[in-house]
Amino acid sequence: MLEVWSLPFMQRALLAGLVMALLAGYYGPFVVQRGLSFLGSGLAHAAFGGVALGLLLGLEPLWVAVPFTAAVALGITWVRERTHIRGDTAVGIFFAFSMALGIVFLSLKREYTAEAFTYLFGSILAVAPADLWASLALLALTALTLPLWGRWAYATFDRELAAADRVPVVLDDYLLAFLVALVVVVAMKLVGLLLVAAFLVIPAAAARQWARTFLGMVVGAVLVGTFSVFAGLLISYGYDLPSGATVVLLQAFVFTAAALVFRRAS
Amino acid sequence: MNAAPQKGSPAVEVEHLTVRFGDHLALEDVNLTVPAGAFVAIVGPNGAGKSTLLKVLLGLVPPSSGRVRILGRPTDGVDPRRIGYVPQFKTLDRTFPALAEELVASGLRRAWPGRLTPAERARVRAALERVGAGQLIGRPVGRFSGGELQRVYLARAFVRRPQLVMLDEPATGIDVLGEADMYRLLEDYQRETGATLLMITHDWEAAYHHATHVIVLNRRLIGFGPPERALSERCLREAFGHVGHAHGFAMVLEGERRA
Repeated sequence: MLEVWSLPFMQRALLAGLVMALLAGYYGPFVVQRGLSFLGSGLAHAAFGGVALGLLLGLEPLWVAVPFTAAVALGITWVRERTHIRGDTAVGIFFAFSMALGIVFLSLKREYTAEAFTYLFGSILAVAPADLWASLALLALTALTLPLWGRWAYATFDRELAAADRVPVVLDDYLLAFLVALVVVVAMKLVGLLLVAAFLVIPAAAARQWARTFLGMVVGAVLVGTFSVFAGLLISYGYDLPSGATVVLLQAFVFTAAALVFRRAS
Repeated sequence: MNAAPQKGSPAVEVEHLTVRFGDHLALEDVNLTVPAGAFVAIVGPNGAGKSTLLKVLLGLVPPSSGRVRILGRPTDGVDPRRIGYVPQFKTLDRTFPALAEELVASGLRRAWPGRLTPAERARVRAALERVGAGQLIGRPVGRFSGGELQRVYLARAFVRRPQLVMLDEPATGIDVLGEADMYRLLEDYQRETGATLLMITHDWEAAYHHATHVIVLNRRLIGFGPPERALSERCLREAFGHVGHAHGFAMVLEGERRA
């Protein structure tokens, strides 16, 4: 079993998957407790628009998708702050709009664009060193924001109490949306846009079932994500299954098991 | 620890305060000065702007026009640690995983705690014990009753030793015994620290018996002063459009005044 990890592509896949589990486990509880579970899925679809634009312009798709998705995330946040439109509606509008843009972009590039569709399903086993570096850079950026964890969590618990204590809640909304957008774009390359949201939502939702504290929820989400990546890669290798999907199925398995065991204990 | 209030400066000064939300006029030309150490009850019908007034004082809603000073400073210049805020408990997100000690510690840190230091835990424990809720310290808040939540939110407000405490309908959803306890806790805290209390309430009788000042609000300031003056039949009729069941109340006040 261990010799699996001596294969370089499996090593890269494991490292990239673990970094993703760490990042998504860290941001997931904020996304879930703020009622933005749909955001990950929406931003992944927005990223598809960016990928298509990159292909059309003949640029590296990821480098176009990053600013494109970040702009959509800020746009969603802007609509939520400025209008009476609910968060899920704002996400719904922006992701349909970006997806439509993507389809138009792809149609303008009158060649066969199979590459765009690799982004639908991702390819964790074909992680390029550049993708790995991108996820490590995002991990470093996240480490820099660790001092903000307390005020983000405070505003997640009660936005009004945090605002009364002079936490810059609006600025933090934009900052969190921006960082989640980066996580989504990087994760999309690994697990595909169809499954990206799972990384943000399922481990956090699983951990919520037993966590008594918000910190416990974050730690739990990271552990569930890590376990799912590790076991998912092994199983997918052993049974020749698609790896991203296997990881997500394991996350869902842990969630279901937790729901059966914990039944609203706290 | 906290800066002392500027000598002689009132706790709250409001001059020509008007708040507009689009076309809706929430508060219109409100003027009042709350002396330091007062216990103020804010009464008025639904939609009278009571919560809006509190939110302006907390710096959450900007005035459309007019001037507001808290503890001698503009709202954005006052140290938030000098203000304790007790929100309505129904705003609690019960899905958020939180222990009572974390909720109270958030009042100390002005951030959500990951882990409490021993010194923080000692202060949190003392604050909870003071409101008779020491046994709740390590329990998840999501399962608390209204009475338990109210105590934990009071502890959260008191733990930073504020000079001004603002409470939004703190007695809603708790029983009469819990209510009596709450007034005792508020009055004890006030006696000990000389703090000013501002409380939105629907209970005129409680306002009459516990407050030193009453604000009667219905978009405009209808009455402000000692309860026996502010809660007059004329003010209540003007604020609520009718006296209704309050007629009896006004009569009682009338009787007490004569006695």
